[in-house]
Amino acid sequence: MAEPGDRRSFMKKATGLLGLAAAPELALAAREAQTAPPPGLHDVALSVNGTKRTLRIDPRVTLLDALRERLDLTGAKKGCDHGACGACTVLVNGRRVNACLTLAVTCRGKEVLTIEGLAQGDTLHPVQQAFLEDDAFQCGFCTPGQILSAVACIREDRAGSDLEIREAMSGNLCRCGAYPNIVAAVKRARDAQAGRAQAGRK
Amino acid sequence: MKLFTYDAVSSLPAALAARRGTFFAGGTTLVDLMKLEVLTPERLVDIGSLPLTKIEATPARLRIEALARMADVAASHDVLRNYPVVAQALLRSASPQIRNMATIGGNLMQRTRCSYFRSVAEPCNKRVPGSGCGAFEGDNRSHALFGGGPACVATHASDLAVALVALDATLTLTSAKGSRDVPLAEFYLLPGSSPSTENVLAPGELITAVNATGGPRAARSLYVKVRDRASFEFALVSVAAALALEGGMVKDVRLAAGGVGTKPWRLAAAESALRGQPATLAAFEGAAKRSLEGAMPLSGNGFKTSLLERTVVKTLARLGGVS
Repeated sequence: MAEPGDRRSFMKKATGLLGLAAAPELALAAREAQTAPPPGLHDVALSVNGTKRTLRIDPRVTLLDALRERLDLTGAKKGCDHGACGACTVLVNGRRVNACLTLAVTCRGKEVLTIEGLAQGDTLHPVQQAFLEDDAFQCGFCTPGQILSAVACIREDRAGSDLEIREAMSGNLCRCGAYPNIVAAVKRARDAQAGRAQAGRK
Repeated sequence: MKLFTYDAVSSLPAALAARRGTFFAGGTTLVDLMKLEVLTPERLVDIGSLPLTKIEATPARLRIEALARMADVAASHDVLRNYPVVAQALLRSASPQIRNMATIGGNLMQRTRCSYFRSVAEPCNKRVPGSGCGAFEGDNRSHALFGGGPACVATHASDLAVALVALDATLTLTSAKGSRDVPLAEFYLLPGSSPSTENVLAPGELITAVNATGGPRAARSLYVKVRDRASFEFALVSVAAALALEGGMVKDVRLAAGGVGTKPWRLAAAESALRGQPATLAAFEGAAKRSLEGAMPLSGNGFKTSLLERTVVKTLARLGGVS
């Protein structure tokens, strides 16, 4: 998604140091793979968005920090960092969790899905498409977490009435107050997926 | 977060052989409190992948292994049918994300939400014995009516524990020496003068299962939770009730309250007042008055007395099918 000239790539170019530091880190990663980790660090192999990744980490590193700081996947957001806001929601082995309360070291062998892995190439996931169509966000900060939570909510079959959706999405806060449109988007995505499943059976 | 060492174990014997350390599973309490540096364990023993996740909820018997996730227990049709109070308490706890992570054993071991406990800048006898209690004469709107004193008035935070007390549940505690069963109501300790000791768990001992007996009372059970917002919030007052009716009379009843006690609070006086009475609103109102026996309101939580009384009436009325 990083267009030339956007804020993130500007910051990377501007700091420069980051670019310099990246190359030795790659070499280090190759070397690390063949040696046992030094005391206090752990090697964790996991799948992130279908790609096998290996992390050499301190056990204090949360999954959220590992995704954002080590794997350059900044879609999951750090809001409260205490499991209260849901901005960090990702799926681990298909279940929605708070990445900020998950220690990365506990994710050995697990499959992590973040917002970056949800679309199929240029085709958005039905929940992503529904969030666009229903204008289910304003500032967008909570949106990656909302979308992954909504994917799970539909999969859990808890996207029936508005009341049920509101309850099932209660782990995701939106400070802009886009809740009515989020509920609409969850319903739209639910119906789109149900329609697709029905078409598939015909 | 302070530095700690981390070891994952893959079997119960390996967990029980761990000589020192803090057991760790879902992490939803521990990681939160470690970030606040309220808890600073030197070693985590990760038991999160032990195969202790079985859920058995026949009409006769409830047995939930300690590492079953809250979401999985709440989604069990057998739990909902035979022990509805358990499923309801779980579904009204935390958020879907946290319920996917948190375990049943961990839920029962969660720490209080008292803001003095959660802030290292404040005095708290539970966190730092001897440092004093900020809440007793401070901000105590959310604090306990029952079981507290000048040393500590923090409420127990678990909804599940309240539901389980209303089912006379026991815990199976396992150590390297073997297993023992302890009634949940006796598992938790009153703060007394040492609020940092919260339960009877011995060092190295682990909750391995929750057990309860089924029957008509368990099948007619209900959890009602009153809180500051509609969802994802701890209880101001909650009531778990289990009611056995026979010919319009209350044959037997269990009542427990959350959000009001330093541990899940059994409303024994209200239960005795109701046994043998007709299942009418008047009888429920009479019993509810008795639920306040022993209440010691603080400066900021007096509203909880009438809230508790009304929540008891509402819960019994819904269970008894009267209005």
